[in-house]
Amino acid sequence: MTISVAMTVNGKPASGKVEARTLLVQFLREHLGMTGTHVGCDTSQCGACVVHVDGKSIKSCTILAVQAEGSNVLTIEGLAESADKLHPMQEAFRENHALQCGFCTPGMVMSAIDMVKRHDYQLDEPTVRRELEGNLCRCTGYHNIVKAILAAAPAMKAAGV
Amino acid sequence: MNAPTGIGARVKRKEDQRFLTGTGRYVDDLPLARATYAYFLRSPHAHARIKSIDTSAAAKMPGVVSIFTGKDVAEAKVNGLICGWVVKDKHGQPHKSPPHPVMAIDTVRYVGDTVAMVVANSHEEAKDAAEQIHVDYEVLPANVDLATALQPTAAQVHAEAPGNLIYDWELGSKPDVDAAFAKAAHVTRLDIVNNRLIPNAMEPRAAAAEYDKGTGNYTLWSTSQNPHVLRLILSAFVLGIPEHKLRVIAPDVGGGFGSKIFCYADETLVCWAAAKVGRPIKWTAERSESFQTDCHGRDHVTQAELALDKDGRFLAMKVETIANMGAYLSTFSTAVPTYLYATLLAGQYTTPLIYANVKAALTHTAPVDAYRGAGRPEATFVVESLVSKAAQEMKIDPAELRRRNFIPPNAFPYQTPVALQYDSGNYAPIIDEAINIADYKGFEARRAEARSRGKLRGIGFSSYIEACGLAPSQVIGQLGGGVGQWESAQIKFNPTGNVQILTGSHSHGQSHETTFAQIVSDKLGVPIEQIEVVHGDTATTPFGMGTYGSRSLAVGGSAIMKAADKVIAKGKKIAAHLMEASVEDVVFENGTFKVAGTDKAVPLGQAVFAAYVPHNYPLAEVEPGMDENAFYDPANFVYPAGTQICEVEVDPDTGVVDVVNFTAVDDFGNIVNPMIVEGQVHGGIVQGVGQALLENAVYDKETGQLMTGSFNDYAMPRADDVPSFKLGYKVTPCPHNPLGVKGCGEAGAIAAPAAVMNAVHDALAPVGVTHVPMPATPLAVWQAIHGAQAAA
Repeated sequence: MTISVAMTVNGKPASGKVEARTLLVQFLREHLGMTGTHVGCDTSQCGACVVHVDGKSIKSCTILAVQAEGSNVLTIEGLAESADKLHPMQEAFRENHALQCGFCTPGMVMSAIDMVKRHDYQLDEPTVRRELEGNLCRCTGYHNIVKAILAAAPAMKAAGV
Repeated sequence: MNAPTGIGARVKRKEDQRFLTGTGRYVDDLPLARATYAYFLRSPHAHARIKSIDTSAAAKMPGVVSIFTGKDVAEAKVNGLICGWVVKDKHGQPHKSPPHPVMAIDTVRYVGDTVAMVVANSHEEAKDAAEQIHVDYEVLPANVDLATALQPTAAQVHAEAPGNLIYDWELGSKPDVDAAFAKAAHVTRLDIVNNRLIPNAMEPRAAAAEYDKGTGNYTLWSTSQNPHVLRLILSAFVLGIPEHKLRVIAPDVGGGFGSKIFCYADETLVCWAAAKVGRPIKWTAERSESFQTDCHGRDHVTQAELALDKDGRFLAMKVETIANMGAYLSTFSTAVPTYLYATLLAGQYTTPLIYANVKAALTHTAPVDAYRGAGRPEATFVVESLVSKAAQEMKIDPAELRRRNFIPPNAFPYQTPVALQYDSGNYAPIIDEAINIADYKGFEARRAEARSRGKLRGIGFSSYIEACGLAPSQVIGQLGGGVGQWESAQIKFNPTGNVQILTGSHSHGQSHETTFAQIVSDKLGVPIEQIEVVHGDTATTPFGMGTYGSRSLAVGGSAIMKAADKVIAKGKKIAAHLMEASVEDVVFENGTFKVAGTDKAVPLGQAVFAAYVPHNYPLAEVEPGMDENAFYDPANFVYPAGTQICEVEVDPDTGVVDVVNFTAVDDFGNIVNPMIVEGQVHGGIVQGVGQALLENAVYDKETGQLMTGSFNDYAMPRADDVPSFKLGYKVTPCPHNPLGVKGCGEAGAIAAPAAVMNAVHDALAPVGVTHVPMPATPLAVWQAIHGAQAAA
């Protein structure tokens, strides 16, 4: 028994037939072939699958694809304006060596952007560390991720994103 | 002006673009036409006899393609997995080698042991079908407690290893050490449990395989740190597929930390079954499977003693360790608590006599093997815990006691009593720098200030030594290692002048695509944008040993240097011909061949072009083409060393330990890219802090259930568990490799547990606490404080 589902993903219409139990992350990865969003756990702890749904960061393993019906979904693939012009958060991650193996990175970047916006571009180190509670990284020890997010906040404000 | 890109520059990473835009390609991301999906039914019991397996209901489930059990695998004559390192016990006998079938045949030996494999049209269908497999188990008593695993009452894991003993191994002379202890002015004793850890790379292990009936070729995509070694093991020992008919590809891999070195049952079965099924098979571990079946790390029970004279000089050390092997011997498991552990017990010190006895024990738990540091964190924890405790007992400043016993800089090369010969080092300036950065002088004032807020503040030192880049092959062979320890490199110029570096190393976060390109850019003067590093595919890269033990730069980077030298040597001959000069007069500087004392010059690119279009070319002396191979076998290990200083505040009411300051000063030899080195140190430290304060793999002692089987139960370090770090460097170049580099991947994880635990003990000493077990969780600390108060 399949259900039709339709949403906007990275500004383009996307639709498919899914099982009722299909998670949003499975829809993105397996139906749309958008494998930039990762799955690192089965208990909604790691945050590798964070995307934006209607402007809010959400772990895409915590909602069903059908729940995203009609939503506007933004994934890591849709973030950069072009290959040459990354989002300020992506740029800050590169500048500050905030990624190593790259597996947690999509979720980190998507969470970080939402964090900056929710705090109106005003962040300090303890806030960033507390806010990263839902994102695990095993490589970087978080030091450079925190640095990158703190650097990206004013850059995002300046860029108006 | 362009930013510098050579050795020593903070070059931004070439690999970042794809990882930041969601275009990396990990195993699970691969689109494979007509793919099927595997799901493994795992044992729910730590120890049980399989009376029967009924797959008939499961086979009728929707989407099921095939179901395999241990019987099918045995009938197909698939061999068991191997342990690649033969350790000889104290009587010269090789270690016990119980069989390690890729799927359980009649007995399961840990929770997570593989019982059946379901292949279906989707992951969900495979999983649904697996639920319909009925296994009739006779549950047997389990042996999961390492402390009692070798006692006669413990349940036996394998008949081939009576008493659960894999080996009883020793290093050093016990009588000599006992004699030194008899004359000691002071003896410090410690009982240590080095807690069991679960590596938890963020990308779960995964495998995908395809069999081409027409050619008989297999392709296996695996989350491997060393695809060539995986292919070798599968070909020569397990599946019998001729090596040239099996291609192993490790594409982007999301972290490894050791856990992806080994040859696992799952990937073996996926590869084998792809031919049986006739369609590609994909498998990705669910995180709970990773917890249960990735090789775990550490897990030692140790008694250690240090003998000192009245001035605090170390006279001798005695260490007795039981090391957990789990239920089966994984690929390098036997070497970890012996050659990577006991040989490091000299630390940075002149301790003249050391005796170590290590007993490796089987238990009904997941296999234990190398995890970031592998043996060296366990050794450092023993040595540095002993030294700090001795300092406290003898009322000597912990930095001063260390300094008093450091190997002096003029003693290198230094032969330790535990087999290794340290090549270089200068330890006192490292600790001085760390003390300076950490403001050790101001510590007592900070302690007093914390006290005024009701907090207990402590400071802890850890001065580690590390032996990495296992070498040379001859010695490793004498010690029972089953492989060579060289690395390969190929520098391949294209006619248009851009370069591919093909390496046998593998990057799964280490940034080889950047650092290796920096080396070649620096050495050959080729712009870094024109250099690409290729790794992880047995079909395109030369046979190599892969990445583990902080070896990639010291060994793999050295192979690249050697290949670059060959490029220069060949280029000189071509340039000499083009410039009508004698080869002896040609020099190579900044990417250009020149004849000294003249204005004649041939850029490398021109020589390369001539090599591919040899119209005016010394064909009689030089072959066309510019494609140079090198294999580099190091003369010795490399020996990074450093000192970490950790400062903690303990809340005595809750037992919560807060890491408030953390300093690390390291000697990694020459540094190719400081930005990347810093990242490696940060990550290592946090894994070490995780071991000290948070992480612990716990099996229920009765049932053998893994109690910490998810991120809900196993405390991974999060961003707010750690501070930002202060780092410093001292450099003594490695004297025996062409880059003068030492390796930085594991240092943080090796030193940090002792730094943190020494700080915790320092903080709690004023309230009478003498021992806190690791990890120092709030509960453990609270109990220690209240136990001490009750005893007072």
